[in-house]
Amino acid sequence: MPPTDASPAATRTALDVQDLSAWFGAQPAVRGVSVGFREREVAAIIGPSGCGKSTLLRCLNRMHETVPTARVEGRVLLFGTDVYADGISPIALRRHVGMVFQRPSPFPTMSIRDNVAAGLRVRGGGAPSRAETDRIVERALRRSALWDEVKDRLKASAIGLSGGQQQRLCIARALATEPAVLLLDEPTASLDPISTQKVEDLLYELRSEVTVVIVTHNMQQAARVSSSTAFMLAGELVEMAPTARLFTAPADARTEAYITGRFG
Amino acid sequence: MPEPIGEEGGGMANAIVGTLILVGVAIVIGLPVGIGAGLYLAERRGTWLATTVRFLADVLNGLPSIVVGIFAWQFLVRPVGHFSALAGGVALAAMMIPMVTRTTEEMVRLVPVSLREAALALGYTRWRTSLTVVLRTAMAGIVTGALVAVARIAGETAPLFFTALGNQFMSTSLREAIAALPLQIFNYAISPYESAHALAWAGAVVLIGLVLVVSVAARFATRARFGHAAD
Ligand SMILES: Nc1ncnc2c1ncn2[C@@H]1O[C@H](COP(=O)(O)OP(=O)(O)OP(=O)(O)O)[C@@H](O)[C@H]1O
Ligand SMILES: [Mg+2]
Repeated sequence: MPPTDASPAATRTALDVQDLSAWFGAQPAVRGVSVGFREREVAAIIGPSGCGKSTLLRCLNRMHETVPTARVEGRVLLFGTDVYADGISPIALRRHVGMVFQRPSPFPTMSIRDNVAAGLRVRGGGAPSRAETDRIVERALRRSALWDEVKDRLKASAIGLSGGQQQRLCIARALATEPAVLLLDEPTASLDPISTQKVEDLLYELRSEVTVVIVTHNMQQAARVSSSTAFMLAGELVEMAPTARLFTAPADARTEAYITGRFG
Repeated sequence: MPEPIGEEGGGMANAIVGTLILVGVAIVIGLPVGIGAGLYLAERRGTWLATTVRFLADVLNGLPSIVVGIFAWQFLVRPVGHFSALAGGVALAAMMIPMVTRTTEEMVRLVPVSLREAALALGYTRWRTSLTVVLRTAMAGIVTGALVAVARIAGETAPLFFTALGNQFMSTSLREAIAALPLQIFNYAISPYESAHALAWAGAVVLIGLVLVVSVAARFATRARFGHAAD
């Protein structure tokens, strides 16, 4: 396992986005973005509402194309392989690039355990045995800091959990399949401060194991959890820099205007 | 069991059994077809096949039940040369399908996009997402709608006249004419005897009871699932 605070040159690029553009119908949402996300780091994407953060994120696991009329151009290399190349199945890709959405989305008809195990059934190599599943479920729930709260009611419906617990359940569900990359789209936007804290702690823990890309509206959150931050404006990437530098000495005047609250 | 018309006494066990069998056949055929069509309509909006399916469902929905009956007679009774429970069940299924299709489509549309996306993001195929996440989530509502449809077709008489026909005797064969409560009520009611009229009323009460049981079950199905899943 590589050291977590290694210099940028020492880590590989997990996701290399090259000149990526995305449209809804004729309307562009992402315009010619090139950016790299390094392996085993937490990267944040910030920017005003509607600037294309979610769209960029959804291009990374090819969720963008599930919207009718959506279109993508450019390349996204996942450890060197273009995920938009011919013959790459978005289904298989999504098993390696997990995603957590803004609103907690546990499957209401499934138990807590089955929610966490949901991705295992479609994982390559067939579904694991019951005992193996139990083991994976426990590990995923421990990693998402939910185990102690739910270990006595794994068979209960996931709907009975609080919003914050549901969101951590969704993180556990995404982690259970051991994705190489975890994408989070404003994962704490609908959570109270304590639940938010728990999710942030969790991201901090995860940084040595998974590559994390998190979209957030909350600049303090970006500062707390990420080691590098990208700033987007009107579909374009303005700059990407180590988080500390972006917030203290941004290279672009627009970034400075945004973080000092002059617009957005 | 019924006595010959004009005799005193008699029952309707054969008609109760007949109605249960007819409705059973209708469910076995109508539920999968209706749910499948509804799911397709909700998931593949705008394709030409979806447009066609919707058109067929609307036509079927607007068809007078006697017309449904005559179609079933033309295609399922005439070719084999005799009336049958199967033909009656198919006619009832044809009445049930558009109702189930509509409920399924509505319930599937109520499933939030976020759930569908969550499944796709886990690496589920569209097909698997539809069946294991979307349809399962919508199922409580679909069951309720299906039970309402069952309650409605259980009392249908017109589609059975020249398909199931009715039968004075107990029959459980799908290949023979079979008794049904609505037919029995009709036969008793048009007979000139007072005792038969009483039996017609008794049949009506049994039929209402049956429909009531199904309707109450529908309500409970709704409450049990939605009361819990309401988020
Ligand atoms: N499903 C959609 N259909 C059409 N246009 C869309 C759709 N989703 C987003 N857009 C448009 O694409 C642009 C970028 O949207 P996106 O959701 O990526 O922004 P965002 O930065 O995530 O905003 P927010 O911070 O509010 O979540 C916006 O102009 C938006 O209106
Ligand atoms: Mg967004």
